[in-house]
Amino acid sequence: MRVDGTFIAVEVSEQAAADQELARRLAEVCPVDIFRLRTAAAESGGSADALEIVAENVDECVLCRLCLDTAPAGAVKVIKLYDNEALLA
Amino acid sequence: MRFFEYEAREIVRRAGIPVTDFGFAKTPAEAREIAQRIGGPVVIKSQVLSGGRMKAGGVRFADSPEEAEAHAQAILALEIGGHMPRGVLVDPKAEVEQEYYAGVVWDGTRKLPVMIFSPVGGIDIEQVAAEQPEQVGRRHISTILPLSDFAAKETIARAGVSGGELTKIVPILRRLAELFLRYDMTLAEINPLGRLPDGSFVALDAHMEIENEARGRQRELLLELGVDPTETRQAREATPFEIAGEEVDSSDHRGVAGNVTEFDGNLGLVIGAGGGSLTLFDAVRAHGGRPANYCEIGGNPSVRKAAGLAKLVLSKPGVERIAVMMSIVSNTRVDIVARGVIKACLELGYDPAEKIAFFRIPGAWEEEGFKILQKYGIDYADRSVSLNEAARRAVEKIQGANEEAVR
Ligand code: SF4
Repeated sequence: MRVDGTFIAVEVSEQAAADQELARRLAEVCPVDIFRLRTAAAESGGSADALEIVAENVDECVLCRLCLDTAPAGAVKVIKLYDNEALLA
Repeated sequence: MRFFEYEAREIVRRAGIPVTDFGFAKTPAEAREIAQRIGGPVVIKSQVLSGGRMKAGGVRFADSPEEAEAHAQAILALEIGGHMPRGVLVDPKAEVEQEYYAGVVWDGTRKLPVMIFSPVGGIDIEQVAAEQPEQVGRRHISTILPLSDFAAKETIARAGVSGGELTKIVPILRRLAELFLRYDMTLAEINPLGRLPDGSFVALDAHMEIENEARGRQRELLLELGVDPTETRQAREATPFEIAGEEVDSSDHRGVAGNVTEFDGNLGLVIGAGGGSLTLFDAVRAHGGRPANYCEIGGNPSVRKAAGLAKLVLSKPGVERIAVMMSIVSNTRVDIVARGVIKACLELGYDPAEKIAFFRIPGAWEEEGFKILQKYGIDYADRSVSLNEAARRAVEKIQGANEEAVR
């Protein structure tokens, strides 16, 4: 799953997005609320939470790397669209 | 924030400083009742925040309650300096032997309050200081150490007052300084402080202002005085553009992007940081530029908030371009502001390289910020370009574009 803003894009691998515990931690660590938990009512009868990348907040990314430190290597990518798609490392 | 005279007098009274038996009236009938209670000649004074009341006919004398009522009626309908009065103050006409000045003001240069006293009152203290400097005593006081009678005594004595007069005025000036500190004031002035025939002193008029930012801390006082928390008390009503600026600022708790003042120029300004707004505004004007607005941005606003301010300025009729300039920033990120102002241009359908006349914000995260500016082809500078030079370039850009259009 990838959401592009004007300056920043955020990508989360399908496997990471499906990990509910990781989703919860991402939502917790991001200081500008780029990750959110959404109760996936239709798909799972309201029992499971799905990770959502909040499109209107993506450009607020402060490049703090907290999401990268929280997720397994490569599971979350923060992409600088203004810098030839350079990855935040 | 300025207080009306009736509020300032109430603050003085609460501080234990003698005041006249004044009353505040919102209707002519109330004014009459107060005059009746006072039982003698009275002064009716318009309660407006603008100056020039006397000249405008907002101060009148009455010998009877009926006359007081009639004067109150006339004054309540009288607009002064674009303001309708809040009410009238009804004051006994005091028999005064001498008028003095007592004040405490914030000295922005020393960053300390200064007590000021003069035996020449009833006129502007600036005029006394210019014409009779030996009649003005001054002394700075600490905002931390306990206030002493000695500080007040020294101030008054420096203006040449001694003996019994000195002894009687000391507690008045000390209490004035105490209330200045207690209520986070920037100005606390009794002018005139009158000496009555029996040798006692009484505050005949008072002017007070508190720090705007202290309104939260001083909520209790404001509530007691009946001040509505939403009152701005500006010299003029805020324009819709300025109100929209406040809305941008309060839309997000992060940082500051507001304090907007409207002007009629063609160069929109997104400026700030440690006095940078004022410096840049003046520099733009010094170079012949015509600012469309003043504003303040800083404290690391969100991209959304910076964009909101830039959008507001860009949408102002008459604005041709904006200049985004700040002093060297440490707690505001260059890249975040850059994203905000570019986003504003894009969302309004403008080319950022065209609409942003000049960008000069050096400091935190400038490498990232400059990469963004380069990508959008925006003319920018780092700290090697002074604020003055940045302002010059922004003005040159907008004037150059206009000359080009004429050709
Ligand atoms: S780098 Fe920081 S701000 Fe950006 S998405 Fe990750 S946690 Fe959020």
